[in-house]
Amino acid sequence: MYNKFSDLTVWSMDWTLLILLVVPTLVHGNSTVTVRTGSGPPVGSDQHPNSVPLSEDIQTTTEVREVVVEEVMTTGVLNPSHYPARRAATVVQHYLNTRYGSPYRWIFLSKVHSGSAEDVAEMRKYQLELTMQETISNVSGQCSAELLFPGGEGQSAPQVQASCEGLLQSNTTAQEEAFYQQHRASNNMVSGTDIPDSYGLMEPSMKPFWHLGGVASSFIMLRESNESTLYNMAQVANFTQLETEKDQLRFNYHVLLHEMISQEIIHWKLLVTWSPEQGVQVLQSELQPKCHDCEAPPNTTN
Amino acid sequence: MLMNESYTKLYGALRIITKYRLVKERGTLLMMMLGLGSVGLVLLSLAVQSGHGAQDSAVWSREETTERNYYTRYHNMSEITAWMEQMKRENPDVVSSMVYGQTYERRNITLLKIGLSSTGRKKAIWMDCGIHAREWIAPAFCQYFVKEILRTYKTDTKVNEMMKNLDFYITPVLNVDGYIYSWHNESTRLWRKSRSPGTGGCTCYGTDLNRNFYANWGMVGVSTDCCSQTYCGTKALSESEAWAVTDMLGKMREDILAFITIHSYGQQLLVPYGHPNISAPNHDELMEVGLGAAKAIKSVHRMDYTVGTSPDILYPFSGSSQDFGRLIGIPLSFTFELRDKGKHGFELPEDQIQPTCEEAYAGAHHIITYAHNKVFYSYAATFTATLWTTLLAAWVSSAILL
Repeated sequence: MYNKFSDLTVWSMDWTLLILLVVPTLVHGNSTVTVRTGSGPPVGSDQHPNSVPLSEDIQTTTEVREVVVEEVMTTGVLNPSHYPARRAATVVQHYLNTRYGSPYRWIFLSKVHSGSAEDVAEMRKYQLELTMQETISNVSGQCSAELLFPGGEGQSAPQVQASCEGLLQSNTTAQEEAFYQQHRASNNMVSGTDIPDSYGLMEPSMKPFWHLGGVASSFIMLRESNESTLYNMAQVANFTQLETEKDQLRFNYHVLLHEMISQEIIHWKLLVTWSPEQGVQVLQSELQPKCHDCEAPPNTTN
Repeated sequence: MLMNESYTKLYGALRIITKYRLVKERGTLLMMMLGLGSVGLVLLSLAVQSGHGAQDSAVWSREETTERNYYTRYHNMSEITAWMEQMKRENPDVVSSMVYGQTYERRNITLLKIGLSSTGRKKAIWMDCGIHAREWIAPAFCQYFVKEILRTYKTDTKVNEMMKNLDFYITPVLNVDGYIYSWHNESTRLWRKSRSPGTGGCTCYGTDLNRNFYANWGMVGVSTDCCSQTYCGTKALSESEAWAVTDMLGKMREDILAFITIHSYGQQLLVPYGHPNISAPNHDELMEVGLGAAKAIKSVHRMDYTVGTSPDILYPFSGSSQDFGRLIGIPLSFTFELRDKGKHGFELPEDQIQPTCEEAYAGAHHIITYAHNKVFYSYAATFTATLWTTLLAAWVSSAILL
């Protein structure tokens, strides 16, 4: 009796074990088979261009309306890695360069820590906590900033207030003074083209002029910025030194700005002055017409 | 396969046990149980280890060969074409090429297919570079990626395993016409689009290839002005380059585990979709894998790459190749925006090519490893092995008690 009972128990355990092990094996086998439903990529123009291709992935409505999606402006606490904070922070970067930039001081956004946005009357007000970095000395500083983007139809520039700690620590006085004295006398007007060049390179002597072009561009980028733009200077196409006037070094700059959202390259001509005391000023700015690439292409066989 | 071996072994052991049961030598039976239990545990831990052993150990030693100079410079299209031939010549067992389309100006669009040959159909990884002409760091990265997997597949067990189980389909330059045009002179350096002519009285050239795919085409983040940099074309797939990719992906869609498209600049990893009102069904997984890749990137040279959908971290846009990849069912679809964050922008200095490629490789490696392990080391297998061992342990206890 005892033996039969134990035999039975062990026998039933064998079968339970087998069943319990076979089932997961089948499951394992199936999981490596990828199930793909839905139509393949459509061919030809008989498909409506705005229809969403049928696929298991589309869980929302299958009929998507042909309406341009308007950007709803975020209000309240901002996600530091999302674009509204980043765009506003870049505006602060441009502002800081207009205030403190020079041939030896060029500031870039390092990190957005926190931010908030709110509607104030017709305007949009941002508050941001940022880390900025001076890119020549690599010194970083913490900044608090407040921006006002004007609402309505006017194209006026955003208003920025910012205070930073530790950002301007690097001592640029000696270099700036040497640079100023070197180029102040009129006997050797300096000029340059394509800074940086196609490979990202430039002569070392051109570097301060690159920085100066970036700082000068910041005046334009600040003025042109809104919540739907993100500007960087892509390149100094060329610059030419002019006669020093009123103790200011003077230059004509042709700069290429990259606007990230439209992906456009925008050409500006600037009349730029600088001295260690007065800092960078942009006396004149002129938007250049776009379409030098609208002509017939040159022979591009490689 | 490791799992199949363990099943066979344990099932064979089961039959032996059944025989022993008749003999009723309980002592021997107990020892056999314990032995099998420990065998099961060992096999289980081996499976788990090799499945999760693909940690992102980013120890990229700089090789002291002349090759190093090649991969720290930008190369024009004829150099890249010659390089593709060289890769095939030097690695005939693992590298072949395929022309899978033509550009507007009738140039070949070529990919390298890299993997250890096998008799069956293999899963695939898709990578393309240079869909936007001015983003020169992207083709440089594709070249670096190819060089790295060819350099390491014989000695690195993980890369070797991936080369066995997967084929890599890598297009170093997708927008060949645009890339060549961007090399023409300094004034063409910042060209972005294809080189097809405008239509309907519009005299500008080019369509933004990354707005031209059949993925919510024309809905958001595009322009209908043919002079615009984000011109989406007269209709979806109006551009032969976009059509070539669509055609290839369509043929391979069952097999592709991951789709990676390389761009610059911005230091971001984008996940689908570009339309703000549509979420990928595996959004959480995409974010998790993306964040893991960003962590791997940061461990190389401490660069921050932001991860998110384009409508969240960049801007909304439709008609992208990444969206198309996800729409036809490729589970892992990523856009890499490489260095920098705007100081040099598209004109990244050559001395940054190597570090950029190193960190991007770590990121891509993370995604590819995840995709590979998900299929070849599925969690069901791990669960089953755990069950085996638990039941054996239970059997041991019951054998003692009875």
